[in-house]
Amino acid sequence: MNNDLLFDFNVDKSAKTVYITREFNAGQSLVWEAFTKAELLDQWGAPAPMRAKTRYMNFEVGGRRFYAMINPEGQERWSVQEYTSITPKTNFKMYNTFADENENREMPGSEWEYNFSEQNGKTRVDITIFNESFERLEKLLEGFKIGFTMTLENLEELLATLS
Amino acid sequence: MKQDIFHAISDPTRRAILTLIAIQALTPNAMAEKFDMSRQAVSKHIKVLHQCELIKPVQSGREIYYHFNAIKMKEFDHWLAQFRQNWETQFNQLDQLLSTIKEQQS
Repeated sequence: MNNDLLFDFNVDKSAKTVYITREFNAGQSLVWEAFTKAELLDQWGAPAPMRAKTRYMNFEVGGRRFYAMINPEGQERWSVQEYTSITPKTNFKMYNTFADENENREMPGSEWEYNFSEQNGKTRVDITIFNESFERLEKLLEGFKIGFTMTLENLEELLATLS
Repeated sequence: MKQDIFHAISDPTRRAILTLIAIQALTPNAMAEKFDMSRQAVSKHIKVLHQCELIKPVQSGREIYYHFNAIKMKEFDHWLAQFRQNWETQFNQLDQLLSTIKEQQS
């Protein structure tokens, strides 16, 4: 379905920076909305079978999104994203931190920058994550592990039924 | 405080130390000599690298030799691969969402 769409993922370990580039088969306005509106973000912003749930989101400079990633067992991992700069439809920056369910942030976090550009009906999104720490990545991924194992088990069951 | 692996390898001297001991285990004194640094400065770097388990000390007689811990580096690469996989999954989800919205609009 998306074989022709660009996907790049690079890590500069020495600069503690992750670079992600992806193309989408849609116009810039729509893609911008998918990244900046809570009701759309919650529909794709966590890798299945995890899901995302936004408690509130004020998309404005100084505003925040307080949301959780929830695994199939119902475990929640809360994060706060604080918007530090917004240029509508083109660019936004945020500071991302883990938090508890009462919105107490665990410093330090990481800086994220998103850039959007459209060409021939496709929109390219460039994401830069600065100062992401390995420890944070580990925490972020701990929740996913259970989810992934589950998916694989489901798949095995399905394959068994089919064969 | 536990050191972060990203922080550990963000320093050029520490990367140089890792490159060097990946080839051959060294004592702190030998490192100080090779990098023309004080023993104190070397000790600081060793502490950071050791705390995130990128190097491991092995006692040999009266000397301590530091070895490169390749497993830890692999573990790190493994985590990054998973991080990438998560993004890929999410972006595929977004592809579907975008095409659904476009169908509804047309």
